[in-house]
Formats: sequence, structure tokens, C-alpha cells
Amino acid sequence: MENRWTGGNEEKRNLSLGGHVGFDSLPEQLVSKSVTQGFCFNILCVGETGIGKSTLMNTLFNTMFENEEASHYQNGVYLRPRTYDLQESNVRLKLTIVDTVGFGDQINKEDSYKPIVDYIDTQFENYLQEELKIKRSLFNYHDTRIHICLYFIAPTGHSLKSLDLVTMKKLDSKVNIIPIIAKADTISKSELHKFKIKIMSELVSNGVQIYQFPTDDETVSEINASMNAHLPFAVVGSVEEVKVGNKAVRARQYPWGVVQVENESHCDFVKLREMLIRVNMEDLREQTHARHYELYRRCKLEEMGFKDTDPDSEPFSLQETYEAKRKEFLGDLQRKEEEMRQMFVNKVKETEAELKDKERELHEKFEQLKRMHQEEKKKVEDKRGYLEEEMNAFNKRKAAAETLSLSQPVKKDKDKKK
Amino acid sequence: PNQTGRNRSHTVGKLTEKQYVGFATLPNQVHRKSVKKGFDFTLMVAGESGMGKSTLVNSLFLTDLYKDRKLLNAEERINQTVEIIKHTVDIEEKGVKLKLTIVDTPGFGDAVNNNECWKPITDYIDQQFEQYFRDESGLNRKNIQDNRVHCCLYFIPPFGHGLRPVDVEFMKALHEKVNIIPLIAKADCLTPNEIKKLKDRIREEIDKFGIKVYQFPECDSDEDEEFKQLDKELKECTPFAVIGSNTVVEARGQRVRGRLYPWGIVEVENQSHCDFVKLRNMLIRSHMHDLKDVTCDVHYENYRAQCIQEMTSKLAQDNRMESPIPILPLSTPDVDTEKLIKMKDEELKRMQEMLNKMQQQMHDKEQ
Repeated sequence: MENRWTGGNEEKRNLSLGGHVGFDSLPEQLVSKSVTQGFCFNILCVGETGIGKSTLMNTLFNTMFENEEASHYQNGVYLRPRTYDLQESNVRLKLTIVDTVGFGDQINKEDSYKPIVDYIDTQFENYLQEELKIKRSLFNYHDTRIHICLYFIAPTGHSLKSLDLVTMKKLDSKVNIIPIIAKADTISKSELHKFKIKIMSELVSNGVQIYQFPTDDETVSEINASMNAHLPFAVVGSVEEVKVGNKAVRARQYPWGVVQVENESHCDFVKLREMLIRVNMEDLREQTHARHYELYRRCKLEEMGFKDTDPDSEPFSLQETYEAKRKEFLGDLQRKEEEMRQMFVNKVKETEAELKDKERELHEKFEQLKRMHQEEKKKVEDKRGYLEEEMNAFNKRKAAAETLSLSQPVKKDKDKKK
Repeated sequence: PNQTGRNRSHTVGKLTEKQYVGFATLPNQVHRKSVKKGFDFTLMVAGESGMGKSTLVNSLFLTDLYKDRKLLNAEERINQTVEIIKHTVDIEEKGVKLKLTIVDTPGFGDAVNNNECWKPITDYIDQQFEQYFRDESGLNRKNIQDNRVHCCLYFIPPFGHGLRPVDVEFMKALHEKVNIIPLIAKADCLTPNEIKKLKDRIREEIDKFGIKVYQFPECDSDEDEEFKQLDKELKECTPFAVIGSNTVVEARGQRVRGRLYPWGIVEVENQSHCDFVKLRNMLIRSHMHDLKDVTCDVHYENYRAQCIQEMTSKLAQDNRMESPIPILPLSTPDVDTEKLIKMKDEELKRMQEMLNKMQQQMHDKEQ
């Protein structure tokens, strides 16, 4: 394959160095840069109210994060993110803990997973928006994408709850899930063994993908592989200290004994801390970005109509596609506007025509009534004329009758004298 | 000394020797007859899957009722409906026979949508009442089977901060049909302080929501102080925080029912570990018969009275006897015809106005 720059071929060659060049300091340079920048880590805790989410966070990070006890009577599930700035040696960590308040309390839990999925998608969306900006500042963008979801399983000793299965299935393609058994000091060793097996088999048979600790790096592959076999971790949390021997350790004191949080034969807390914080935190961040976020981004862009290759199999430029899409969209908008205007004009014309019709009708009626009125008037006039005639005739006859009666009475007297 | 024999008054003099009548043996007779007849008791257990109900029942009656139980997995439970399953066993102790029926309610609260998941349970209880009512009103009442539920143990999960909506709704739907005894399940996940806090919270919420749980009857005033003290402690201990176990472990040199942990052994019958003993004593050793009495005298009677009332009011409706049924109002005229009439009225009015206007115009023209 010809490379037009050098004219030679692109085969890779291994060269041996004659002395110490010094680029072996690259990892240190990278580390020093990231330490200056500070790290960011976001944990989502999903579990029913009272299962021990806040206590476990306090125990993991050895800090009393403020939180009030949640009530069981929320109408729905809502997510409560809280951000804290922590520092250990010279490393700064911006830690965000997201709590699911009200999870598992409703009688009808069919929609319980939705607020959680929406929250995760929103964080992805925000990052995508930033990425697509023309002027972007990704290096100091506060990344709120969830790096790990700790799913708290109630220690029933039987199997997962139906809600657990439904929720984890909805989350496994969007976030790294580590299932943990909460309040594990209520399960005996033999019961725990059976419980863990049952849970893992249920997850596998239902196709739920949980986070696997990576085994590709030889320095950590052995410990990661052995930890994978201990999932789900059975944890106990406590911020109270109890005197055991001559030390004060974090523990829970019962009448029958003391459960020590950091005792590996009592619970898997140490394993969780090791895996989550000390060994794989960076891998979790990477997986979130490289796998879950990329999947979201691809789906979103495909939805919007982008493709990697156009019908002629030429690589598309994102910029061109974007411009084309934008033009199309604006064109659509304009067209819609025109349509609406047209419709409006038509409607106005229609109404005008209707009104004109009505007006004409009224006019006709008016004319008709007028005519009728004229006719009636004429009739009345005729009658009046007739009446007048009669009156005249009557008066005449009356006058005649009177004159007649005036000349008559003399004759009568004469008749009487005879 | 009396004047005449007739004025002698009869006084009940003090007998030097108490004459024994013998009705003091009645309690013994009752005892003897009841032993011969045997007892029966129906206990319902309700609560989400995994709360330890079966284990507790086994621990209470020191037997294994659930030998071949099949548990559903999570996928099957997504749309699960509530079933009612009865287990009946005949057990005997010191000559006293007990026919024990345990009513199980698998599936309660396990589905994703649990709307009205208590309905099959309330229906079951009502059915038993109905059956008994019919039997009681029948002609041949020799062998009536009493399948009424005498007590319902409700298991509250210890993982939360108090009662959850489903707990409240369930208890409110049942508290007037059956004696409810709420229990805090799997109490070995709570320290003594946490137990106290949770109990206070639950008692508060039961008051707040007006839930009527089973109340222990008051002690008789002539009971001795020790008994009264025990009774008081019992009442202040509710709801009982219980732990059950199917296995026997070795603790303090004895073999006891318990749970083995790396950090210690929980003994089911150790009163400083949990309230199991209190529950057992109350449920079986002292208040079993009171539970039956309250079921018969209160819950069943309420049901019966309600039933009869409904029947008579229905009869009254059919026979049109004097009954407080309101007379139906006259049917309102059709909404459409009314509208039409209104429209025509308006039209007439308009035409009238137009005519008047025209007349006015003509009148003006003439003048």
C-alpha cells in the first residue's frame, strides 16, 4: 500500500534504542496532568428505601455524607444527586452520589425503572450536546455520566425480586452494574453460598449483563478474575466503632457477637472497596465512555438520520450531513408555516362567503316582507276607499231622507183638519 | 324464746361444717371434655417472599410442614398472583390433640404490580365466614367444621424505616376480618437499638393509620403481681421481632435451634436475642383460645350482622316494604330535546326582533 507522503511502504518496524531516550516518563506525565486536573467519579445507588445505600457510601469513603432518612410514602421514584469534593494525599476527587428515593415503595412498581433510565440518558445527552458544540471545552466539562451502578439486593436468601430483574434488564445496556447483597449479616455462610449461585444463575438465564472486572491486564487479571467469582458481593456497612481486642473497628454489635465490616470472613466489604475504588475505578470510567456512551451516541445520531456511509459508500462528513439536515429541517418548518397560512386564508374566505350568503338571504326576506306589507297596505287602502264610498252614499241618503221628512209633516196636519 | 311457733324466723345459721356441694369440679369437667373433643386452630401467615415465614412456623410448632416446597424464581414472579394454600396437621401433646391448619399466601407482594394483591386473602377469609354462617343456620349442626381464620401473622421486613404502603393497605383491608399480629421478620439484622427504634416507629404508624391489630386482653385485677408484670412487658414488646431456624446448633454446651454465623450464634429461644419465646408463649401457651374467642365473638359476629343487614335490605327493596330507600327522582328531560327547544326559542325571538325592526323602519318611512 503506497503512502503518498514518504513513498515507502507502511510496514511497521521495531527499532532498538542506542541509549536512554526518556519517553518512558510518558505515563508519569499523563498521571501528573490528570492529578492536576483532578478526577471525577459518579456512583448511582439503586435499592429499596432503608436497604443501607447511604450507610454503605459513608463506610466506603469513610466520610459522613449528609442525608436524612427517606420516607416510604413517596408517590414515585426520583433521583437525588449530591456532589462532594474529596481529597486523599494530593489526589482530588469530585464524587457524585446519586440516590434513588422511593424505589420499591409503591404498590405498583411497573414504572419504577423509568426515572432511573431517564437520568442516565440525560447525562449522556448533556455530554453529547457538549461534544457537538462548535466551541467546546471538554477538558473542563463536569462529567456527570454515571460510571457505576451499585444495585442493592435484599437479603431474602431465596432469589432476586421481580422488581430487581426488571430494573437490571433495563439498565444493563446503559451503565456498569455491580450487584451487591445488602445487610448481609442476616444470612449465614451456607445460605449465602446458595443465594449467590441462585442470583448469578438468574442473571445469566435472563441475559442481564453485569460489569466484569477486566482480566486483560496481567498485573490485575488474577485478582480481578478471582473477584468475579465472588459476585454478588455480600456487604455490611457501619460508621459506628466497636472495641474488638484493643482496637476500635467499624462494626455492628449484636447480643450474639460483633460483625466487623473489614473482616473478610464476615463480609465482602473489603473486596468491594478493593475492586470499586482501588483497582478498577479508572476502568469503570473508561468503559462508561468507550462502551455505554458510544452506544448511546450511535443510537441517538442514527435516530437523527446520520449514517457513517451514504448510499454511494463514500464516507460522509458529519459537518456536511449536519448542514444538510439543518436545511431540510428549516425547509420543513417553512413549508409547514406556509400550509398553516394557506389554511388560515382559506378559512377566512369560507367564513366571508358564508356571511355574504346570510346577508343575501336576509335581504331577500326583507324584500319579501316589504312586498307583503305593500300588498296589505293596498288592501287596507282599498277597503278604506270602499268604506268611504259607503259612508258618502249613506250620508247622501241620510240628507235626502231628512229633506223628505221636512216637507211631509204639513200634509199631515191638513189631513187631520179635513 | 318465741311466743308462738309461727313467729319463728329462719336464719341461715353458721354451719360448723362447710357442706360441700361439688360444683367446684366444673373446671375439671370442662378440661376433661375438651381433651376428649380436641382443639382446632387456623393460623394464616402473610408477607413477602423470603421473610422467613415457613421457617418461623416450623420453629413454632417444632415440625417441618414445608418438606417439598417449590420456590418460584424472579422471572416467574413478575406477574404472579396470590394463591391460598392450606396445610393441615394433627399434633398431640400430653394427651391434648390439636388440629392445626396453616394458611399460606404465596405470591403476596412479590409481583411488580401489587395493586389489590390482598384481595384473594380477604376473599378467602370471607368465604370461611360465609361457610360457617351457612352451616350455623342449617338444620343439621352436628358436625360443623370451623375453618375460620383465627389469627394472621403479618411479617414486616426489617430492612426499611417502618411500615411501607403495601403493609398499611394490607392491614387496613384485614383488620376487621381477622386478628392481625404484626411481626418484625429476620430480626437478626437489627441491633437492639435499631429494634427499639423500629418498634416505636411501627407502633406510631399503626396508630396514625388507624390499624386495629390484635390487643391482648387486660389482666384480671386479682392476678398476682408477677403475672401482671409479665403481661405488661409483653404488651410493650409489640410488634415482636422474631427469628426462626430449621437447624439445631450447639451453643453454650446445649443443642438449640439457632443460626450459625462467623461472629456468633443466634439462639431462637434466647430472650435476649429475639422475641420468639414471647410470641410462642402468647400465641400457643396463653392466648390461643382468646384468639379463637375474638374471632368468633367479634369478627365473625360483625360479618354475620352485616350479612343479615344486606339480606334484609335487599328483601325490602324487592317487596317495596317501608324501607329507607330514597324514591328515584323524575327522569330529567332529554338533554338534546331541551337544547333543541332552547334553540328554537332563540330563533323565534330573533325573528320577532327583526320583524319589529322592519315595522319600525316602515313606520319611519311613512312618516
